[in-house]
Amino acid sequence: MADRVALEGTLPVGAIDTRASGWWAMIFVVCTEAALFGYLLFSYFYLAVQPHAPGTFPDSGTPSLTLALPNTIILLASSVAVGWAQFNIQRDDNRRLIIGLAVAVALGIVFLVVQYFEWEQKPFTLSSTAYSSLYFVITGFHMMHVVVGVGVLATVLVWSVLGYFNRVRYAPIHIGALYWHFVDAVWLAVFFTFYITPLLGLRA
Amino acid sequence: MTISDYTRAPSVGTEQPELAARLQKIWETAPGIGGWLSTVDHKEIGLRYIVTAFAFLILGGVEALIFRLQLSWSDRHLLNPEQYDQLFTMHGMTMIFLYAGPVLSGFSNYLWPLLLGSRDMALPRLNALSYWIYLFAGIFLYAAFAIGFGPNDGWFNYVPLAARAYNGGPNIDFYALGMILLGISTTVGAVNFVVTFMRMRAPGMSINRVPILIWGTLTASMANIFAIPAVSLAFFLLWMDRNVGTHFFDTAGGGGSALLWQHLFWMFGHPWVYAIVLPAMGMVSDGLPVFCRRPLVGYSAVALATVATMVLGFGVWVHHMFATGLPNISLSFFSAASIIIAVPSAVGVFAWLATIWTGRPVFTTPFLFFSSFILLFTIGGVSGFMTGSVPVDWQLTDTYFVVAHIHYVLIGINVFPVAGAIYFWFPKFTGRMLDERLGRWNFWTMFVGFNLGFFPMHISGLLGMPRRVYTYAEGMGWDWINLISTIGSFVFAAGVLMLIWNVLKSVRSGAMAGDNPWDAPTLEWATSSPPPPYNFVVIPTVQSRHPLWEDRLEGRPDEARSHPHAGLVLEHGREAIGTDPLDAQPDIILKMPGDSYAPLVFAIAVTAIFIGLLLLAWWLVAVAFVGVAATTIVWLWPERALGETREPANG
Repeated sequence: MADRVALEGTLPVGAIDTRASGWWAMIFVVCTEAALFGYLLFSYFYLAVQPHAPGTFPDSGTPSLTLALPNTIILLASSVAVGWAQFNIQRDDNRRLIIGLAVAVALGIVFLVVQYFEWEQKPFTLSSTAYSSLYFVITGFHMMHVVVGVGVLATVLVWSVLGYFNRVRYAPIHIGALYWHFVDAVWLAVFFTFYITPLLGLRA
Repeated sequence: MTISDYTRAPSVGTEQPELAARLQKIWETAPGIGGWLSTVDHKEIGLRYIVTAFAFLILGGVEALIFRLQLSWSDRHLLNPEQYDQLFTMHGMTMIFLYAGPVLSGFSNYLWPLLLGSRDMALPRLNALSYWIYLFAGIFLYAAFAIGFGPNDGWFNYVPLAARAYNGGPNIDFYALGMILLGISTTVGAVNFVVTFMRMRAPGMSINRVPILIWGTLTASMANIFAIPAVSLAFFLLWMDRNVGTHFFDTAGGGGSALLWQHLFWMFGHPWVYAIVLPAMGMVSDGLPVFCRRPLVGYSAVALATVATMVLGFGVWVHHMFATGLPNISLSFFSAASIIIAVPSAVGVFAWLATIWTGRPVFTTPFLFFSSFILLFTIGGVSGFMTGSVPVDWQLTDTYFVVAHIHYVLIGINVFPVAGAIYFWFPKFTGRMLDERLGRWNFWTMFVGFNLGFFPMHISGLLGMPRRVYTYAEGMGWDWINLISTIGSFVFAAGVLMLIWNVLKSVRSGAMAGDNPWDAPTLEWATSSPPPPYNFVVIPTVQSRHPLWEDRLEGRPDEARSHPHAGLVLEHGREAIGTDPLDAQPDIILKMPGDSYAPLVFAIAVTAIFIGLLLLAWWLVAVAFVGVAATTIVWLWPERALGETREPANG
C-alpha cells in the first residue's frame, strides 16, 4: 500500500470513461443479472435430471437449430457493431458511433422478430410440461433483456445524434454497451443449454 | 476540445467558515414537503431506514407477543389455526426481511460516507430509490395482512403447501410479489454500497485502513448481489405456477419438483442470514474497542474472517434440507461445510474477547450490548454447529430447538448490536446523548427477558415440541416451559420499549454530545454532531486505521499523519472525490447529482407493476412499465452540470 497520498496535480472532472460511477454500477448490475440467469439455468438442469416420461424433456424432441443458430449469429454481430461504435467514439468519430449503434439496434430487433417465429413454431405452450415452462420462461427472460437492451441502445443512439459525446465524454456509451454485451453473452449460455445439451445426451 | 478542458487541479486547504457556508448552500435540501420527498442526503435516507425498520420491528414483535400468549399453556384458543398461521408467517417475514436487513442498511447508509470521509454515497439517487421501494414493498406486504390475506405458509413458504391447489387465496401471491419488489430495493442498495466502497474512500484510506463495519456491509452487499436473484426467481416461478399454470414446483406429475423451491430459497436464504449479521458484527468490531480503549485485536484476521464466512456461506444451504432424503454424499459435503464455517466465526469471537481482555473496559450501555452479543452469538453458534451435524439435525429439525437457534442468531447478532449501535451513534445522529441510567435498565431488561424467553426453547425442542403448531395437548410436559418463554418474551418487549422511550426522551432533552463524546478514533467523529449536509468541509486525508488516535497510538512522523480537518477543497457545485479501489489515491472529481423526484416516481411506477401483476391487470403492468422506462430515461439524461456531455463542466 502506498503510504503517501498525492493531493497535488490535476484530475479529470465529471463522468470520464470507466471512472464514471455509473460504469462501476453497471458491472455489479451485470453480476446480479448473471446470477439470475445462473439460477434459471440451475432450475433447467435440476429439473432435467429428474425422471420424465420419454419425449417430454425436451418436449417434442431435440429443438431445431434452423432458426436458433442464425439468430445467435445475428445477436453476436450486434455486439460487434456496438464494439465498433465504442471504438470510434474514442477516436472522436461521432458519425461511425451513430452507424454502429443504429446497426446494433436493428440487429437486436431482428433477433426479437426471429425469436417470435421460433416461439410460434413450438407445438407446446407455457403450461404443457415442466420443459415447456422452462423454455418459455428462460427464453422469455432473455427476450425481456433484449427488449431493455434495445431500449438502452436506442436511447444512447438518440443522445449520440444530439451530439452529446466526444472522445473524452462517452461514459453512457460504454455503460449501455456493457449491458448489451452481457445480454449477448448470456444468450450463449441459454443457447447452449436449450439447443446443445440435448444433443449431448441430456434428454428424456 | 482537448483533454485538459476536462481537468482541474483541486485546491488544498483547511476548514474555513466561509467555505462551510458556501457548501451549506450547495448541499442543503430545500425545506418543506418538496425537499422531504426529493432528498438524496444519505443521512436522511439512513435515518428513514432505521425508523421504518423499527416500526416493522414493533409490528413483528406485537405479532409474536400475541402468539406467545396463545402458546403459553396447552389447549388455548385465543387464536384459530388460520390466524396463527398468518401471525407467525408475518412475524418471520417482518423480522427477517423488513427489519433485520433494512435496519443495517440504515446504519450503513448513514455511517458509510462519514466513516469513509466522503460527501455522499456513490449513487445518491439510487440510494433514495432503494429506500422508497423498501417502504412500498413493506406496505404492499402489510396491505395483504390488513385485508386478511397475509402470507400464511411460514416465511420459507414451502411448496406444495404454497401452491394454488393447497392455498387458493391471494395470500401467497402478495408474499411472492412483495418479496420480488423488496429484492429490487436490496439489490440496488447493495450495488450502491459496493460502488461506494470501490470509489468513494477518502484519499489514503487504502483497503487495509477501512473500519470493519465497511467490510461487513461490503461483504453482505456482494452476497446480496449474487443471492437475491435466487429468491426473486423462486417467488416469480411460484407466482407463475399459481397464476399461469407453469409446472416448476408441480408435484402432480407435471415434471416439476418441490425440492427445486427449497434449493432456490436456501441458496438465497443462507447467504442472507450472513448478510443480516455481518454488518452488525462490523458495528461491534468498530464500537467495542472504543470502550476497551484500544484498537481491535486482529484487524486483518477479522476482516478476512468476514469475507471467508460469506464465501463459505454460499456453500451450506443444504443443511436446511438434511431431512428431505438427499444422497449421503450431499449430506456429508454440506455438513462438513456447515461445521467448517464455525472457524471464521470463532476468529471474530476470539478477537473481541482479546480486545476486552487486553483493554481497559468502560462499562457503558453500548459496551454492555456489544459484549453481551459475544455470549449470545456463541450460544447461537454452538446450537448451529450442533444442527450442522446430520444425525443431530434429524432429531432436532422442525422442533423448537431450531427456533431457539435462529433467535439466538438473529436477536443475539442483530438486535443486540443494533441496540448498542443506537446508544453509540445516537449522539452523532442527533447531537444528544441517550440517558445512560435508563440505558442500563434497558440493557438488563432486554438481556434477562431475551434469555428467559428463548433459552427454554432449546429444552422444549429437546423434549420434542414441533415448531409451527398453533397449540399442543395437555400432558405433553411442555406447559411450564412455554409459560416461562411467554413471560420472557414480554420482559424482552418491555426492554425494547425502554429503548424506544429513551430515544424519544433524549432526542429533545438529552445532554449535548459534542463532536466526539466517546473519544472514538474514526472519521465520523471528526465532524459535527449532527453532521452538516456536506459531511466534511474539506475532504480528510487518511494514513491509518485510527485517524483520531494517532497522537496516542504510535510515534508517526508528520508526513505520515492523517488530516481529518485539512485536505481537498471541492466547492465548484456538488462535488466528491473519486479514488482508486485499492490504495484510494485521488482519481477523479465526481459531479454529484442534487435532490430529485425521479427515485420516488420510479418507485411508484415499479410498485404499480407489481400491483398490476397481483390483480392480473395487464394494462396496468404495461402502463407502469412505460412509466419506469420514461423515468429511467429522464433520470439518466446526460447533464452538462454533472459532466456527462461534451461541453466542459468546469466552474
